[in-house]
Amino acid sequence: MLARRFPALLREGPGTRREGSPWTGLWAVVMKEMADHLSSVRMRLLEGLILLTALGTVYAAIQNIRQTIGEDPFLFLKLFTTSQDPLPYSFVAFIGFLIPLTAIALGFDAINGEHNRRTLSRVLAQPIYRDALLLGKFLAGLFTLTIILLGLWLLVTGLGLYRLGVPPSGEEVSRGLLFLLATVAYAGIWLALAMAFSVIFRQPATSAMAAIAVWLFFAVFWEIIAGILTQILLAADPEADELTRARLRIFLSRVSPNTLYAEILLALLNPAVRSLGPVLVTQLEGAILGTPLPLSQSLLLVWPQLTTLIAAVLLLFAVTYQVFQRQEARA
Amino acid sequence: MAVDRAVIETQGLTKHYGPVVAVDNLNLRLQAGEVFGMLGPNGSGKTTTILMLLGLTEPTAGSARVLGEDPMRNPLAVKRRVGYLPDSVGFYDELSARENLRYTAALNGLPVAEADARIDDNLARMAISDVADRAVGTYSRGMRQRLGLADVLIKRPEVAILDEPTIGLDPEAAHEFLGLIRNLKAEGITILLASHLLHQVQAVCDRVGLFNRGRMVLEGAVDELAARVVGGPYRIRVEAVGEDIERALAVIPGVLRVTRERPGLYALDTRDDVRGEVARRVAATRANLLGITLERTSLDEVYTRYFQEAEHARA
Repeated sequence: MLARRFPALLREGPGTRREGSPWTGLWAVVMKEMADHLSSVRMRLLEGLILLTALGTVYAAIQNIRQTIGEDPFLFLKLFTTSQDPLPYSFVAFIGFLIPLTAIALGFDAINGEHNRRTLSRVLAQPIYRDALLLGKFLAGLFTLTIILLGLWLLVTGLGLYRLGVPPSGEEVSRGLLFLLATVAYAGIWLALAMAFSVIFRQPATSAMAAIAVWLFFAVFWEIIAGILTQILLAADPEADELTRARLRIFLSRVSPNTLYAEILLALLNPAVRSLGPVLVTQLEGAILGTPLPLSQSLLLVWPQLTTLIAAVLLLFAVTYQVFQRQEARA
Repeated sequence: MAVDRAVIETQGLTKHYGPVVAVDNLNLRLQAGEVFGMLGPNGSGKTTTILMLLGLTEPTAGSARVLGEDPMRNPLAVKRRVGYLPDSVGFYDELSARENLRYTAALNGLPVAEADARIDDNLARMAISDVADRAVGTYSRGMRQRLGLADVLIKRPEVAILDEPTIGLDPEAAHEFLGLIRNLKAEGITILLASHLLHQVQAVCDRVGLFNRGRMVLEGAVDELAARVVGGPYRIRVEAVGEDIERALAVIPGVLRVTRERPGLYALDTRDDVRGEVARRVAATRANLLGITLERTSLDEVYTRYFQEAEHARA
């Protein structure tokens, strides 16, 4: 009786689980998508842009650093974070700006593009599950970004080696690699978001605009909104002191992945940073200001930020997966 | 005794989209090696049925078995052995035909050497070898459709499901394409063809099922069905003035029914194109033959007739 009215109940049981591995065909999708990404005009343009800004900023940074060689034990990290006229931003500032755009460019037409080209039903009629298609596209985007970033990092390090004449220390290399990991996770958020929109919206233009809108919101407006929200939330509380205010404000601003990423960069590329929140004078007792933290301590400092970024990527991907599984395959 | 092996079998297959019933209690059975045509207007549930057979859409009720497998439970096993050419198939336009087929081969897990051999083979069979390395974006509709068939054949399917394969093709391309489908049948591939073009389906199908609003309202061999509903696949109109014309026409082999639409105008439902014979017989009665026209029975006509008759039966 129940089964007749709700036939889905019957099929949901463990006895009718689908057979075959959801990973079948995954690598075929990954290889095809990566080939597409690496040869597409879209990516060539972005790669050119990133390369130019990277060379510009690093060259400017080298000009600056050459004057102070020998004063800083972390010269190579300075390469990434120093800015010098006429360029107003450092390498990491440009990367933080361009990587989300690249990630969105890689993902915004992932699924609706297949719909519009009417290739989706043909691909899904091959012996693969949808899981393989979605995950394959996501991994291909992530690998492409990793290749770009790794190439960029090696280029910057090589340039530094050549112009500064000092080899990077093991700790600088480790911090650099962790910086890459954090950047890939940060890019993963925008890639997953763009792919989510590519499943939800039928028009690639709409999903691209939606993803860029979210990115702009967090890049430009969220800091302002966090400030206003702090004022509103604490307006009725006369006992709120400056510390409470600052804590709430930081808490709110950490909703934005941009803040999390900026904090990770700050702590990883600047070993002298010992806290990412407000610090009381009493907490600094016995600390020698300006001395660098060891890598393990810097990592400990950004651990929550790093795990949050990765968790956000997984969450966004899970939502996309859910929506995509329920979608009709027909064009 | 021939083995009675069902390749596709559905029992009470039903699909609801909210309040809309897309497929209603469908019982379908295809024998190995036969060509079955699903006929029906757009929105009659043909594509939904196909998607359920491939495990791409979950049925609301009922069950399906394809090559002995349950497409909901083990879609990979089904899709490994069943090829599907979707309605207005799409390709990656910036890639060449060969690259598109390589992707399909990779998705099927074929080793590269084997895949390349099969790709060359299929491109040659579809007569598109000479354009195989051109971007698919430059292809004509007919070439795309051939590429679609090559794509289906890469996995060496036991069953090929073709959804509106001749739509949008010019008559000559459609004719050639039907020839390709006939070749598949000769190789022993079971074919399920969905279309709304009766005369094309007629040219290749052993049996057809007539779909309307999610139900299969009629099923049978092509001639039998056309004869049952309309009288015959061809309709010949004869304009002639004379005596005894009706009787002379009725005895022509292949003529199923003669109706006098008005004095001097006769309509013949026939199995074949017998215009020559009609002309000779009419001339033999010494009547004045003024004109002969041939029409092919369209699905519209089958439909109209079918529902007229259903209406009559109810009244």
